[in-house]
Amino acid sequence: MDLQAIWFFLWGLLWAIFFMTSGFDFGIGTLLPFIGKTDEEKRTMIASLGPLWHGNQVWLITAGGVTFAAFPVVYAVMFSTLYSALMLVLFTLILRGVAIEFRSQQDDPRWRRIWEICIFIGSFAPALLFGVAFANIFKGIPFDADGIYHGNLLTLLNPYGLLGGVLFVMLFLQHGALWLTIKTTGTVQQRAAAVAQKAWPVLVAVAVVFLAASWYATDLYANYLSYPALFLVIGLAVAGLLAARLFMARQAWIKAWAASALAIVSCTFYGVIGLFPSLFPSSLDPAFSLTARNASSSPLTLKIMLVVVIVFVPIVLIYQIWAFKLFGSKVTAADLAHEEGAY
Amino acid sequence: MDVVTLSRLQFYATSAFHFLFVPLTLGLSWVVAYMETRYVRTGDETYLKMTKFWGKIFLINFAVGVVTGITLEFQFGTNWSGYSKYMGDIFGTILAIEATAAFFLESTFIGVWHFGWKKLSAKAHAAVAWLVAIGANFSAVWILIANSWMQNPVGYTIRGGRAELTDFFAVITQKFAVLQIFHVLSSAFVLVGFLIMGISAYHLLRKQNVDFFTRSFQIGLVCGLVGSLVVAVQGDLHAKDVTEKQPVKLAAMESIWETTRQAPIYLLALPDEENGRNAIELLPIPGALSFLGHGDFNAEIKGLNDFPRDERPPVLLTFLAFRGMVGLGTFFILVSIWAFFRRKKLMESPLLLKILVFSIPLPYIAIQLGWVVTELGRQPWIVWGMLRTADAASAVSVLQVATTLVGFILIYSLLGIVGYYLIIKHAKQGPQLEGA
Repeated sequence: MDLQAIWFFLWGLLWAIFFMTSGFDFGIGTLLPFIGKTDEEKRTMIASLGPLWHGNQVWLITAGGVTFAAFPVVYAVMFSTLYSALMLVLFTLILRGVAIEFRSQQDDPRWRRIWEICIFIGSFAPALLFGVAFANIFKGIPFDADGIYHGNLLTLLNPYGLLGGVLFVMLFLQHGALWLTIKTTGTVQQRAAAVAQKAWPVLVAVAVVFLAASWYATDLYANYLSYPALFLVIGLAVAGLLAARLFMARQAWIKAWAASALAIVSCTFYGVIGLFPSLFPSSLDPAFSLTARNASSSPLTLKIMLVVVIVFVPIVLIYQIWAFKLFGSKVTAADLAHEEGAY
Repeated sequence: MDVVTLSRLQFYATSAFHFLFVPLTLGLSWVVAYMETRYVRTGDETYLKMTKFWGKIFLINFAVGVVTGITLEFQFGTNWSGYSKYMGDIFGTILAIEATAAFFLESTFIGVWHFGWKKLSAKAHAAVAWLVAIGANFSAVWILIANSWMQNPVGYTIRGGRAELTDFFAVITQKFAVLQIFHVLSSAFVLVGFLIMGISAYHLLRKQNVDFFTRSFQIGLVCGLVGSLVVAVQGDLHAKDVTEKQPVKLAAMESIWETTRQAPIYLLALPDEENGRNAIELLPIPGALSFLGHGDFNAEIKGLNDFPRDERPPVLLTFLAFRGMVGLGTFFILVSIWAFFRRKKLMESPLLLKILVFSIPLPYIAIQLGWVVTELGRQPWIVWGMLRTADAASAVSVLQVATTLVGFILIYSLLGIVGYYLIIKHAKQGPQLEGA
């Protein structure tokens, strides 16, 4: 593989890790009003992601930064054409971030209620919008040779785009519910397990419809038909989903969560592989599409960035896994009793 | 208003707001790590209480700082896609390295530090505090390298209609970046020093937790005194570098219109941009500007009138911002020295303590003014001498930028009010309710 192709897949990998890690944060935030009935239950849910969500969110910054560094033209055109959608993602992420910190600062139900709403919106909206954005990228975005967008926010809310949004929401919902089953006990764990089990058939149905709709709405399958071995990736996504259900039935929650992570990563790669070598296809004319070939940085920059990523990403993964293990045990009443134990 | 103006306003609002929180994170991260290390070394419980009290201010401040930082990374693409296409090969690389090599460290370990008190040994927990400080400060280092490149582009070539990297080492080690990094980090210590002295003074005036706040005060004093002295010496070197690399910015900073040898600094001046002269010029210090710019009283300083009009920054604001910053910097040195001589008799120095309480916002203002000089003084360029700001904006609609500008103002006002309300509430409460 040449540098540009390597960078194309690294780009996909960073987005996949972002969805795999922040995915459960978004899921738990979305479930907050449904699983958390009392203040203690809500605090338990927030505490389950408390020490980790900051680090998880940096994968977004890295994915964005790497898009900027390796494919500056894609970064410029993608971010300006998807302006309104991205700004909505940004506003809601900002609210979620401070809400997690602010909620516990005052012991007043109305105060806490405000920030809970922010956590919910700041989790549900980005999950939905990332799905909508990526589905639209799979489909192609109406932009011209100068990278000027011919559409508006509603253009993105087409049936296929919305289907992508629902798929992301369901993937993250299950991912978050499974994280809760690992990290909590009692009623929160029971409710989370029930949600994961009930969400599963819906998720599978949405995934099947999405795979089928992609046949009609996108060109994703062209690469798969040229190299049928690639269908293995779709196989992995299916295997991840099936395994998640199997492990759920056995109450092997960690394995079920890992299977869900596999499903999210394979779903991301399903799209990324289908796109190759295009990163940001134009629906107006394929000649306008931005690809790993026509939109990348110079070879020197790609080389420097490759060294940076090869050195630092494994280091980051090592200390993040260490942090995951350090906070791997269940959230306890003792944690909640202390402001140094939980938000 | 057009898209460029609105995008500039938007970037000004979001970056200025972000930078209300950054310096405190930079400086306080070291101070908290130091306090916790003292606790581990000496077993003195007061240091543990200090770590927790100042650490909580750090955490609230960090929360607002981090969410508003994401905005800036997005905006290069959303609002400045012309810039991103042209500069991404270099600028994007620096931003991506910042995230991978520094920001991950800070963000991962801040969670560990926040919730890891019972999970880690005391030593390991203190070590985590140092990792947070290193991550936070290296984040700033990378961002300032990127900003310095916009001020003084090096290590590149223009190829295929964009700037391409040719010498990575030159980009990350250039003098402009080194000077700017020291300027920002030392000013962060001034801010933290005055914040700690100010909050401590508030409690000392009320005779609350006297031991705790006297000892905190001493730490704040070291930060404030050393920081304000370093910032001044280093600021002088920085000004000489600007004189060499951005002479028109220096001329605007000092409102010098005619090229002269033995250029003076007027203690009182008011630029008249229309007519290319100063409306008021009083109390000159002969040769002072030549000396500041070149280390030689006879050196020539090029005046604004010898630069084309369309290459001059807005003079009045750049000039006033620079004056304000330098004036405040002088004030910080004087107050720090005063505090140094009264450090053993704080309780008998109510006037000093009162002044310190009211001085808390001043380093914030000085730092904001410094950025106005740097960024407004760079206009009309987005990258010095290479790309004009007017040519760098995205092809988005006025409505989009205007709507999001209003959105940012609303959301950021909310964050600012709540964030500072919580910090002030905690600061006033003092450590006794911490349940250390």
